[in-house]
Amino acid sequence: MIFFLSGIAIMAISGLPGLLMSSRDRRGQATAEILALLGTITTLIGLLSSTTLAGETVLRAGWSIPGGELLIRIDAISLIFLFPFLLVFAMSVLFGKDYWPQAQHPENSRKLRLFHGLIAAGMTLVFTAQNGILFLFAWEVMALASFFLITTEDDRQEARRAGFIYLVATHTGTLALFALFALLDLSCGSFSLPAAGTLPASAVTTAIFLLALFGFGLKAGIMPLHIWLPGAHAAAPSHISALLSGIMIKTGIYGLVRITSLFATIPLWWGWVLIILGVITGIFGVAYALAQHDLKRLLAYHSVENIGIITLGLGLALLGRSAGLPELAMLGLAGALLHVVNHALFKSLLFLSAGAVIHTTGTREIDQMGGLIRSHPWTAALFLGGAVAICGLPPFNGFISEWFIYQGSFRALVDQRLTLSLAILVAPVLALIGGLALACFVKVFGIVFLGAPRTPAAAAGHDATWLMRTAMLVLLAACLSIGLLPWLFAPLLEAATLAWAPLSGSGAITASMTSLVWIGILGTTLILFSGLLSWWLHRRSQQADTEQSTWGCGYLWPTNRMQYTASSFAAPLVKLFRFGLWSQEHGGKTYGLFPSRSSFTSHTPDSILDRLLLPLLHVLAIAATWLRTWLQNGVTSLYLLYVVLTLFALLLLSGR
Amino acid sequence: MLLQLLLHLLIVLLFPPLLLGVITRTKALFAGRKGPPLLQPYYDLHRLWQKGFVISRTTTWVFRAGPIVGLTVPLLAALLIPFGAIPAPFSFNGDLILFVYLFALARFFTASSALDTGSSFEGMGAAREVTFACLVEPTLLFALIVLVRLSGGFSLNQLLGKHLVTSWQSAGASLLLLVIALFVVLLVENCRIPFDDPNTHLELTMIHEVMVLDHSGPAFAMILYGASLKLLVLGALLVRLLLPWDSGNPGVDALIFMAGMLGIAVTIGVIESVMARLQLVRIPQLLIGTTMISIFALVLVLR
Repeated sequence: MIFFLSGIAIMAISGLPGLLMSSRDRRGQATAEILALLGTITTLIGLLSSTTLAGETVLRAGWSIPGGELLIRIDAISLIFLFPFLLVFAMSVLFGKDYWPQAQHPENSRKLRLFHGLIAAGMTLVFTAQNGILFLFAWEVMALASFFLITTEDDRQEARRAGFIYLVATHTGTLALFALFALLDLSCGSFSLPAAGTLPASAVTTAIFLLALFGFGLKAGIMPLHIWLPGAHAAAPSHISALLSGIMIKTGIYGLVRITSLFATIPLWWGWVLIILGVITGIFGVAYALAQHDLKRLLAYHSVENIGIITLGLGLALLGRSAGLPELAMLGLAGALLHVVNHALFKSLLFLSAGAVIHTTGTREIDQMGGLIRSHPWTAALFLGGAVAICGLPPFNGFISEWFIYQGSFRALVDQRLTLSLAILVAPVLALIGGLALACFVKVFGIVFLGAPRTPAAAAGHDATWLMRTAMLVLLAACLSIGLLPWLFAPLLEAATLAWAPLSGSGAITASMTSLVWIGILGTTLILFSGLLSWWLHRRSQQADTEQSTWGCGYLWPTNRMQYTASSFAAPLVKLFRFGLWSQEHGGKTYGLFPSRSSFTSHTPDSILDRLLLPLLHVLAIAATWLRTWLQNGVTSLYLLYVVLTLFALLLLSGR
Repeated sequence: MLLQLLLHLLIVLLFPPLLLGVITRTKALFAGRKGPPLLQPYYDLHRLWQKGFVISRTTTWVFRAGPIVGLTVPLLAALLIPFGAIPAPFSFNGDLILFVYLFALARFFTASSALDTGSSFEGMGAAREVTFACLVEPTLLFALIVLVRLSGGFSLNQLLGKHLVTSWQSAGASLLLLVIALFVVLLVENCRIPFDDPNTHLELTMIHEVMVLDHSGPAFAMILYGASLKLLVLGALLVRLLLPWDSGNPGVDALIFMAGMLGIAVTIGVIESVMARLQLVRIPQLLIGTTMISIFALVLVLR
């Protein structure tokens, strides 16, 4: 435990020494990075040395804050969130060394590294704190640090706007969490969380669940609470987006998992609420992603989609608990938790490789790129790995977690109760999400890396440095190892499901061990056989004629700008989803027999944020301004009247 | 057991191109022509195998990965699915999900390989392929779900097991709807009329053929062979649904299965002869309609 705590402390202070040095001094950067990595390793040693799968490590100490207690407990659920967090954080630090060097960004690099360390410390505490006050403290450290990270480039208006939207959203969520912990205090008499499955049903149980859903849902980005997410992830530097998207939004999922574990009984409708939210989040998350042509906004919407998949798994798990089907509960939760890990790995890999591309091309616009596989061979291969993984395709890790969720839904299907067997609808929804995600990532990979360069900037550029490559390679290796050796991770998942709820007499995860081994074997066969074939094809194609151009249907002067673009690739699907996306299109019409130059742009704003919330808030702001000019009119006697009226009201209230 | 495995592998490796030959012959007969010999696809594969390559200078290794994955995936998928009464060599709980997702993997690489040529023509094909797949995958899942519900098992061997004979009596209507839905899936996934035409390359309405336009030589042979394997694998689902009997003799079982597959090939040939291609904008409507049919099949078994 001492290792664990000192690890947190080292991460928290890692950016401090740099503040004392000059803004161009490279030593500040080096110190911050070494301290951050040291902190990560120390925390990891602390975890490995003191924690076993079945047991839990507890630290309990007094704290002078009323109701507060330094209660830290590490169980299997915490471990599932902490392991990928430590890996992603370390890789983001490594990547950041060459991606955001002090010499090139003297104005904000020190700030970035200070909050990079702070957010890591905050998140480690969030995943382990078991006292409400301590949790909220860590939660706020994380929320504020991420605000400053999102606004790293605060000279850009886009970053400031994204940062403020995030700040408002996260504090609205925190408000709900204050109420949540107050209600928990009311029903169990302490701010420290009770043991799993011990909170009896009472009048406030439903309120606690709904508050958790709102507060944590805002952080996780469950639709329609995802408003802050696309802008914030697009505005932050890429290695920070990797951390935000990979881990920070998972703190919301962690909160939901933790809070739902407390209740002794769970009503059936909770599971259904989560499933319905998951369906909406998953399908519309990926539909919005399809309509984007800003690389990082697109990836951010995919995070929303994956949160939807995780929510589906969690919903199945809740259904299983309330219906007394331990197999359903275990498989659903195992799928959700494994998807948390998987999404952390492949999404950070994708954000890092997107960063490597944006770094050299200087644009986030997909349609300005093309043919980058020639100048960025490593980044392209690594991005391809991440793309296959995020589509949930074998032999990568995304497939394993979705497989668990499918298995869970089949368990619901064979039950005779209709309220349960309807949960099978999760399966075709997952298939639809998978199909749409595939379309989207074929689009991204194809338009960004394949074909011919669309602009001179895309043709120039160079591959990522070896340090950046290493960071991405480690993440890809982690993705592949879960995909090919899935049975090795089953014990951890089983321990976590048992820590979540006392599910007696169920070995659903142990029972799926054989299947996992088979999936691993077939995945390996797939890779080996494809490798063999490509070796053979490569040999056969040695004498191939490679100097021909692509068949252009006889047209002799094609230009690179004539290639299919991201918008045209996604157009058929975006049209299918026009009822929810409402894309805006401008231009695109040609007139006359010999048409002159014409232009076409399409844009898909976020319906909830840009079409609903911001106009609504605008009206609210006008009303508030009007109210203020009316109340605060500079007449002293009226102010005195307010004081008297307030006093009177207070007297009435206290006299009752 | 060993005999069954041997028969399964033999069918996987040798049988598929014959299906293409039967389809072509049926279409020829309908058109009043004699048509190429039934074994023509085998000659074609042999010829392509020995030819050289022409590779566009725009392309990279991704271009070659398309045919490779496109061949590996149906081969692996063929090992997961029972051929009539001959059980699949590999079978485990949840293999049906792997079965569905393997095809998605092939689609990812075929479409990427098409985009690698940098031709907007092939980009069009890739966009259509991934769009229609989004509408087909839920249908396939619904069909498999109905079978899970009817059999109570979670592996393809159990889904397509002996219970089907009794299921036809208890849930015949639902199974009939499934057959229709799966036949549409078969036609779409194998790029058949009325959704796509495997014979024309240079029409703006093409889907699959346009994606493989720039492949040549052995790589194109891989694509052709992979496509015929895909026809076999997806057809196997249908054949087992329609001919659920178990003779007890592996040899007879194999013959029944092959006869069923040839029947499907003839049916496809007949459909291609009597129908015209659908307008491209009608295809999504028809696919969504098919999904509705499969949902209806599920509702019938859930009630």
